[in-house]
Amino acid sequence: MRQFKDNLLRGLLWLSAFLSVAVLVMIVGFIFYKGIGLISFDFIFGDYSPDGDGGIWPMIVTTIYTVLISLVIATPIGILAAVYLQEYAKQGRLVRLIRFATESLTGIPSIIYGLFGAVFFVTTLKLGMSILAASLTLTIIVLPVIIRTTEEALKTVPGSYREGSLALGTTKLQTLYKVILPSSMPGILSGIILSVGRIVGESAAIFLTAGTVAAMPDSILSSARTLTVHSYLVTQESGDIELAAAVGIVLIVIILAINLSATYISKKFNRATNK
Amino acid sequence: MSIPTTNKQTVEIGKANKRKYMLEKVSQRLFLICALLSVITLLLIIGFVFYKGAHPFVAEGYSFIDFIFGSDWVPSEDKFGIFPMIVASIFATIGALIIGVPIGLFTAIFLAEIASERLAKIISPAVQLLAGIPSVLYGVFGLAIIVPFLQNTFGLVKGQSLIAVILVLAIMMLPTIVTVAETAIRAVPQTYREGSLALGVSQIGTIFKVIVPAAKSGIMTAIVLGLGRAIGETMAVILVAGNSLIVPTSLTDSVRPLTTNIALEMGYAFGTHQEMLFATGIVLFSFILILNFVLAKISSKGGN
Repeated sequence: MRQFKDNLLRGLLWLSAFLSVAVLVMIVGFIFYKGIGLISFDFIFGDYSPDGDGGIWPMIVTTIYTVLISLVIATPIGILAAVYLQEYAKQGRLVRLIRFATESLTGIPSIIYGLFGAVFFVTTLKLGMSILAASLTLTIIVLPVIIRTTEEALKTVPGSYREGSLALGTTKLQTLYKVILPSSMPGILSGIILSVGRIVGESAAIFLTAGTVAAMPDSILSSARTLTVHSYLVTQESGDIELAAAVGIVLIVIILAINLSATYISKKFNRATNK
Repeated sequence: MSIPTTNKQTVEIGKANKRKYMLEKVSQRLFLICALLSVITLLLIIGFVFYKGAHPFVAEGYSFIDFIFGSDWVPSEDKFGIFPMIVASIFATIGALIIGVPIGLFTAIFLAEIASERLAKIISPAVQLLAGIPSVLYGVFGLAIIVPFLQNTFGLVKGQSLIAVILVLAIMMLPTIVTVAETAIRAVPQTYREGSLALGVSQIGTIFKVIVPAAKSGIMTAIVLGLGRAIGETMAVILVAGNSLIVPTSLTDSVRPLTTNIALEMGYAFGTHQEMLFATGIVLFSFILILNFVLAKISSKGGN
């Protein structure tokens, strides 16, 4: 009887793993199979045209804008916040409050961020539906990610580094800039790279704050659409699965590149600390 | 002659020290402000969304009970009832959990305990990569493959349905659940396994009686994270839900969950209609808080 139960469970384990892998392979396979026919130099670098023959360069540019602007704002704030939490703060009510807020921000679904961005950045601050409004919304979304990964990176810096530096008569600030931040750089960097993935993959919040204008943005105050929003809209509006899948290929390649570089950096980091 | 110089030097060193000291103070303040920004943004988000969402009920005399339990959503006729959407969201989430959690968990166990190291080394990073794929693409896949499949298999007029949403969300949860749960299972100390096996317990018995209970809190985190991804998902769901405003009575009914209601109408809504979308957001928000609370309760109960 127990033998039977064991075999049954073992069978279920194999079956589940097979199912998971099969489904996930199917999704990637499907995206590539459907979309690969459209991929060409003109498709990626060509200007968009509504009749369907155009490229997706405006969406790529918009995506790059959102990534750059959100990171330029979120990275320094996130790193300094983590520095405060790890290096300066005395554990107490204030730190608990900040940690609680950061954790809560992680759990909020992106559509709520979208609502907030639409009322705060778009309407109250009068930015309109724009790349800037979307980027500021994305800044809030990735801030907790950067704070958390930087905190983890700071934790790995041995206490002896700090003591050694301070014993040489440096100030706390000098120790921070010359010793602590450089040695936790790889960890911080992989956190930033992960945020790029989050920004590139985001759709609902951008949909509500950047709008859907399918043209090359004139400035960061123009409404524009990112790759994910484009993929959604062509599916929803015209049912053009091939086009959506072709955009999907570009997205998957970007995510793949991001993941590989994050893995590479953390591997290099581990080797460096193990020496 | 030498005394004034020393004084001058002392004064200069004093000045330099003072500047350093000031810089330390100022930068510490700056760091604190950065850290407080997350508190401020959280308060701003809650403040704005709740202010906008509560306005119709507080200032315009709409009934909150009618909003929650009303089943008509006709903004042009001033009717705002989200009961069908609440039901759709709850069913979609529970359905996705019922399918996604066991498969994801079993896959994680398989990768950590059963699969050869070589096989796990190929599959795990691939699954991890899939966790990063934009969720819109899961929706595109759902619309192109799952929806027609359901349509043909069950002879539906429209394949976009509650079951399509459940399947897409379950698939979307898989990579997150597998990745996090696998890490948790691998973190169980080797001695647990050896101890159990030495007592004559079979490998499968060891896995389900010793290792899974030991990794419970990590597994719970995996479920909460997977759930978080599913429950807040919007764009992928719009593509496969069908967006009908009825209370679903069967798995093949077309539905409109809470998230999609916001995204579909936010573009053109204004006035009370827009505020009602914020109110929808509040309901979604509370829904997530309650679910996380329940899951935390379940996991702490299991601990006793």
